[in-house]
Amino acid sequence: MRYAMAIDTKKCVGCGDCVVACQTENNVPHGYCRDWIVERVDGTYPSLSLELRSERCNHCDNSPCVRCCPTGASHIEEGGIVTVTHHKCIGCGACIQSCPYDARYSHPDGYVDKCTFCLHRVQKGQNTACVDVCPTKCLYFGDLDDPNSDVSLAIKDRAWKVLAPEAGTKPQLFFLT
Amino acid sequence: MKTRRDFIKISTAGAGAAAISFKAFGSKGFGLFESKIEGPASDEDLTPYPTYCEVCFWKCAAWAYVDKSGTIRKVIGNKNDPHCNGRLCPRGTGGVGMVYDEDRLKTPLIRDTRKDGSQYFREATWDEALNKVADKMKEVKEKYGPEAFGLFNHGTPGGQFHHLLKAYGSESNAEPAFANCRGPRSSAYFSTFGAYVGSPENTDIRDTKCLVLIGSHIGENMHNSQVQEMSDAIDKGATIITVDPRFSTAAAHSNHWLSIKPATDIALLMAWIHVLVFEELYNKDYVEQYTFGLDYLKDHVKDMTPEWAYGITTIEPEEIRKTARAMAGAAPSVIIHPGRHVVWYGDDTQRGRATAILNALLGAWGKRGGFYFPEGVSVPAFPHPHFPEPKWTWKDWNEGRYPLATMGITTEALKASVPRYNYKHQLKAWLVAGTNLPLSMPDKRLFKEAADAVEFIAVMDTMPMDITGYADVVLPEATYLERYDALRASPNREPNIALRMPAIEPKYDSKPGWWIAKQIGERLGLHDYFNYDDYSEVIDWQLKQLGTSLEEMKKVGVKKYPRKSGPLYLGDDEDFEFNTTTGKIELYSVDFADHGFDAIPKYTKHPEPQPNYYRLIYGRAPMHTFSRTSNNPNLFDLMSENSVWVNPKVADLWELENGQEVWLKNQDGAITSFPVKVRVTERIRWDSVYMVHGFGHSNKKLSRAFGKGASDTEMVTNVMVDPIMGGTGMRGNFITFLTEDPVMEGKEVKA
Repeated sequence: MRYAMAIDTKKCVGCGDCVVACQTENNVPHGYCRDWIVERVDGTYPSLSLELRSERCNHCDNSPCVRCCPTGASHIEEGGIVTVTHHKCIGCGACIQSCPYDARYSHPDGYVDKCTFCLHRVQKGQNTACVDVCPTKCLYFGDLDDPNSDVSLAIKDRAWKVLAPEAGTKPQLFFLT
Repeated sequence: MKTRRDFIKISTAGAGAAAISFKAFGSKGFGLFESKIEGPASDEDLTPYPTYCEVCFWKCAAWAYVDKSGTIRKVIGNKNDPHCNGRLCPRGTGGVGMVYDEDRLKTPLIRDTRKDGSQYFREATWDEALNKVADKMKEVKEKYGPEAFGLFNHGTPGGQFHHLLKAYGSESNAEPAFANCRGPRSSAYFSTFGAYVGSPENTDIRDTKCLVLIGSHIGENMHNSQVQEMSDAIDKGATIITVDPRFSTAAAHSNHWLSIKPATDIALLMAWIHVLVFEELYNKDYVEQYTFGLDYLKDHVKDMTPEWAYGITTIEPEEIRKTARAMAGAAPSVIIHPGRHVVWYGDDTQRGRATAILNALLGAWGKRGGFYFPEGVSVPAFPHPHFPEPKWTWKDWNEGRYPLATMGITTEALKASVPRYNYKHQLKAWLVAGTNLPLSMPDKRLFKEAADAVEFIAVMDTMPMDITGYADVVLPEATYLERYDALRASPNREPNIALRMPAIEPKYDSKPGWWIAKQIGERLGLHDYFNYDDYSEVIDWQLKQLGTSLEEMKKVGVKKYPRKSGPLYLGDDEDFEFNTTTGKIELYSVDFADHGFDAIPKYTKHPEPQPNYYRLIYGRAPMHTFSRTSNNPNLFDLMSENSVWVNPKVADLWELENGQEVWLKNQDGAITSFPVKVRVTERIRWDSVYMVHGFGHSNKKLSRAFGKGASDTEMVTNVMVDPIMGGTGMRGNFITFLTEDPVMEGKEVKA
């Protein structure tokens, strides 16, 4: 089992609904977020292209945040989900420094926090909150080992890229282009 | 000038201490907060209550999930609802922030004067505040007649106060949604098809093969089901054509982006019509069977070639031909979107007509993938005596101006409130329900003059908006998640109703709109119009007439009914009589000709910016709506302020840098009250600037939104009025940049 997410940049409108849905689902404190929107514009008016993408933790197969964690708070759950055990975290911030995606933040309660792929929902067979809310249905989640999962079907016939492949982290977020 | 009514800016303890500049766009926050927040709750531990959203007008049905401590944890779309299909937009998802905004209006407030003459609000009991409103209504009725008491309303609670005013004897109401937003398209489509484009619009985007957006920003406007359907259409390979001077999100997702010169849209539309007619690409059978006036149209557009339009619009003739052919190739599954917020240059009804004519030529009205026939549920009125007949209504303010207006025009209501306009019928007092007039009305001078001229203003709202600063009495309303409201029954593909019930008790000393309206009504001796103890009785009675009950609706939230009016689409060659003068789709509008208006649209040249000035284009961001969400803690997290988009060439010229604060000044000398950050981007032309509407709040009680960004409305002093229906065109304003803080005295509009 290998959980992953695909994001269709041709449909994302950058509305930030995924961000608010994550905030209310996971009680992310105001002023912080576990997912966010990136806007990239290329070209000169009027020959332009715009890419909008919803980003979050890449739940890397080769995850530097887990390797560098001195207490083992950062670890890998079943299905490859990278998560942090709050009470084991000493808030040293080594994982924040090591993440090439800038996906982690220091929670005001003193631990490091990040996207969990909504582990509490996924364990019940549900989608993540961001996937369930997205009005453009541009987010796809599921098990890469299952060829019929939403995420497998989404990347099957489309060109895609991952972010910062040079970091060698083997990220599990696929951006459809 | 000393005015009778000072705008009261109340300082609040701690305001300004929590000035958090946070953007979800690319950064992730910093530790400014103490938190005692629990982790995620399992849905099984939460109780869902049905509601429908009140953050914008789309009114998506949803479930509010409440935990055991009585806190609303999240709001999730109702899967059975055609407005949202189980997915709310960011505003709807963040709607919970409306409830837990600590800046909410908490108690009734009454304007009072200190010994030194300065004015302030003092807290009052409900009884005192309601008596004050009722006493003033009695006084106005006695002195001037009930018609002189006007109502500005918007949204669901507005309906309760409309009921109150009608029972009292007044039909002097106006909502900015008509003349400031969608009115021109209503008049345009009614004159063409004898039917209105409703809300949600009857556009069959789900099945379209070609969607044309002209000044329509699906994705930046989060009109929920339309955003969803456009996404589905992209999946199915539909051709998307976007006409916009700005590289909008929709433009970025389109097959064709026509980067039109602003204010020239009618020329493009007429050239498209020319191509369809003279290349004989129009839907001949449909046009012959259902339309009136093809010969007039043909004659009218004969010289309006793509080459003619090129000189006006800057769109290449071949691009005009190619896109017209793409539409024809997809017909009748094609939609030239009628748009929303269509008040631009004062000829907006005619621009709407041009889009309607295009839709007619392509045979799209009444066809799959074009425009479907919507159907709503008729909710029976709870029994009450007939309303008294007013001696005059909003129609009489106009005195023959704007003959095709179908609702009260807000600017006319303001003029009717100012004695120097010398209107035959004048307003002496206002009730304002759910609309933040200072930020939703153009021409702030007119608003201020009117607000100062009337004897009394009562404002009902959930938040201390800019409008509450002008009130004599402020009535704090419960949010939509804390109250019953009228059933939602908007027309759709399937007729349906949705229930809103309280998920929690109203916080603080706020009260539901229905309760406030009833209490005022009782004080006016109007009990027979409010013959219930709780509004749930009204809803339950109505539901029983509709073959269901409050009990059932609490479980399902949304109920669908079978259609009675017939199929969604016209059958092949089906006889059909349109509700127009000729019974046909009018390419040539007989009604317009009879009123002395152009029967077929023509292009008129509009003024262009003077040197060093740029056309102000404003619009929406997906996470905010109107000017009412800026302080919502969840939505503030997503977007805390607006910025002014400036092309890099213009930025070079002015030596502006990304993130630099500037003040804007318009052609009439109006200056923004607050500075706004520059955003240097290629997504805007060099002759225009762009900003998102609804920021630059001047009420200090909005501890987050106060002074964040600038108000576009302050820059709209030139209003180009549509002669047909009174629409207030707001895109004829030009701004320049001030890089130094202008002196305070200079901030009033001097023009």
